Amino acid sequence: MKEEPRDNYLASGHNACPGCGVSIAVRLILRASGNNVVVVSPTGCLETFTSPYGMSAWEVPWVHSLFENAPAVASGIRAALDYQGNKDTQVMVIGGDGATYDIGLGSLSGMLERNQNILYICYDNEAYMNTGIQRSSATPLGASTTTTPATASSYGEKLQKKDMIGIANSHNIEYVATATIAYPQDLMRKIKTGLSVNGAAYLHMLTPCPLGWGFESDETIAMSRLSVQTGFFPLVEYENGELIRVKKIIDLKPVNNYLRAQRRFKHLTTDENQDIKDKVCQVVRRNIKKYGLQENSNNDY
Amino acid sequence: MIKNKSSESKTLQGSIAIAETICSLEPGVIGAYPITPQTHIVEHLAKLTEEGLLKGKYIIADSEFSAASILFGAAAAGVRSYSASSSQGLLLMTEVIFNMAGTRLPGVFSAVNRSLSPPINIQVDHQDSMTLRDSGVIQLYVENIQEAVDTHIQIYKVAEDPEVLLPAMVCMDGWIISHAYEPVTLWQKELVQDFVGTFDPPYKVDPLKPLTYGALADDDKITEFKCMTDQALRKSADKITETAEQFRDLFGNYYGGLVEKYKTEDAEIVFVAMGSIVATLKVAIDMLRKKGRKVGLLKIRSFRPFPVNAIKEVLRETNLAIVIDRSFSNSAGGILGTEIKASLYGSNKPFVINYIAGIGGREIYPQTAFDMLKEADEMLEKGKIPSEAIFYNLNMQMMGG
Repeated sequence: MKEEPRDNYLASGHNACPGCGVSIAVRLILRASGNNVVVVSPTGCLETFTSPYGMSAWEVPWVHSLFENAPAVASGIRAALDYQGNKDTQVMVIGGDGATYDIGLGSLSGMLERNQNILYICYDNEAYMNTGIQRSSATPLGASTTTTPATASSYGEKLQKKDMIGIANSHNIEYVATATIAYPQDLMRKIKTGLSVNGAAYLHMLTPCPLGWGFESDETIAMSRLSVQTGFFPLVEYENGELIRVKKIIDLKPVNNYLRAQRRFKHLTTDENQDIKDKVCQVVRRNIKKYGLQENSNNDY
Repeated sequence: MIKNKSSESKTLQGSIAIAETICSLEPGVIGAYPITPQTHIVEHLAKLTEEGLLKGKYIIADSEFSAASILFGAAAAGVRSYSASSSQGLLLMTEVIFNMAGTRLPGVFSAVNRSLSPPINIQVDHQDSMTLRDSGVIQLYVENIQEAVDTHIQIYKVAEDPEVLLPAMVCMDGWIISHAYEPVTLWQKELVQDFVGTFDPPYKVDPLKPLTYGALADDDKITEFKCMTDQALRKSADKITETAEQFRDLFGNYYGGLVEKYKTEDAEIVFVAMGSIVATLKVAIDMLRKKGRKVGLLKIRSFRPFPVNAIKEVLRETNLAIVIDRSFSNSAGGILGTEIKASLYGSNKPFVINYIAGIGGREIYPQTAFDMLKEADEMLEKGKIPSEAIFYNLNMQMMGG
């Protein structure tokens, strides 16, 4: 009797928080990649909740070295597999926004520039969640974190989120895209596309965090969907630096719906912070315009 | 002994001799990043790659940190790897080298020794590699170009041994070894590969047999993991000794295993040193012997693993050890001197005088040894041996004193 192929290479029973967006994402990633793959992860939430000694949740080869070197470790593995003549085994990095945007950006830039056949996936929960919700350069404007706290006299993160898509594209790589867990078919298709290109690819994935963002653990998917429907997180795809596909929003939701639903933005809904909220809305409006996100928009890609 | 006909002897720059030797060892992955005075090695490896003589993947890194991380990945995938660095580059690699040792992933580095900033200085001392001493890396210090060549061959065999599996460094003095030209024998590739064998680790990244690398361990397990790394490094001591002897039998060259004893049998005073100054000191010892002084030299070839027993065996028979350090730990003294003293704990012989000298390329001549010996004679006569290390020949005017 033919055995059915397994489709879950992240074993249950790991230590992720209830409602963790990352664990959902990784299940989908591995379902799309299959098991002829090596995963490299930097230090972070994913590393911590999947790898207590003797209780690894990984059913594919998984390598963790340090916080800021996963792309270079992946380069070494890819080079070694190539040297051995193994072109079939894929190499993926799955790392958080702290590792991607901040401490490992140099290493990532080197990897993308070298254009070896590696898929880099950033799981972006928009702060250092593993160490207790400190801001990263992926934290959006206005969000309250433990190092950018909203208090009676402050409104949270003062800087704009860094443009990782722009950074990735500036390395002249073949494929750059965004995805999020509320759209699993889209996410898995993008993983497959990222793995199919002959060179480096970058996939940016929003993974809502109940603990860090401040919402109930059964709302993770809803929050992921809302990030797209409000224009906060556009789903886009680039090929060789050209925007080739955008997920249009049929029914654009008010930004307020997203802000009100999360504790990190709650302070923005008061009158005193109206100007900051306006700036946040500007970011969203820019996204809508830049990518032509609205269904009836004239920008057609 | 083979002294094979097809192995060739010619006059080469140290860096070129090392690059040619690495080519004969055929690493599958090289992580390359420039820094003075190591740069000629990675340049020559690039040339050998472009000429098709080096089959491995030559990966240009974005930093020394990434270069070392590329070796981590290559070793995890079961492939022989190589990198070279100096000074600040070695410090930037430090976090990765600890990580390779703890994950038991071997890879070989040429540490072309150079001073650390500030002040910025590109000349030799040992502060860079010595700062890595607690990482679990194997460190062999060499005296000249031929020893550097031969030690690279030996160290792969040690590092990749299934009972060892640790990162390893050949520490060779910048300029004096890396840029000097000496007649050197480069060994035929087949001989080298036969000697070293293939890298066949018991574990590697394999989708058919998925393993987890770099797991999290709490207080209930971490000490045991750390202790296993310590044991592996201790185990490498036997392998270094055996490998040096096997190398002698096959290739004819021998520099000692963990240490080399030079005229120590009847010596009353023994100099202790590492690296290229050993060659200078041998000349000084010969000159002193001609004058009837009973002096000898203990060359520390293996700083990690630290050869406690060999040190005890030699130094306990002497009255005085003069340890010359090209590195120090601020407020604690010379690093080698401190460890020599620790290994002699409990024995009432010898006295130990620890000089910090040769920092940032300051020359050490035979005369330096004569001067140190004269100073030591006076100290012995007065019965006043300083317990603290002495910065040799400081410019007191510059020190404000």
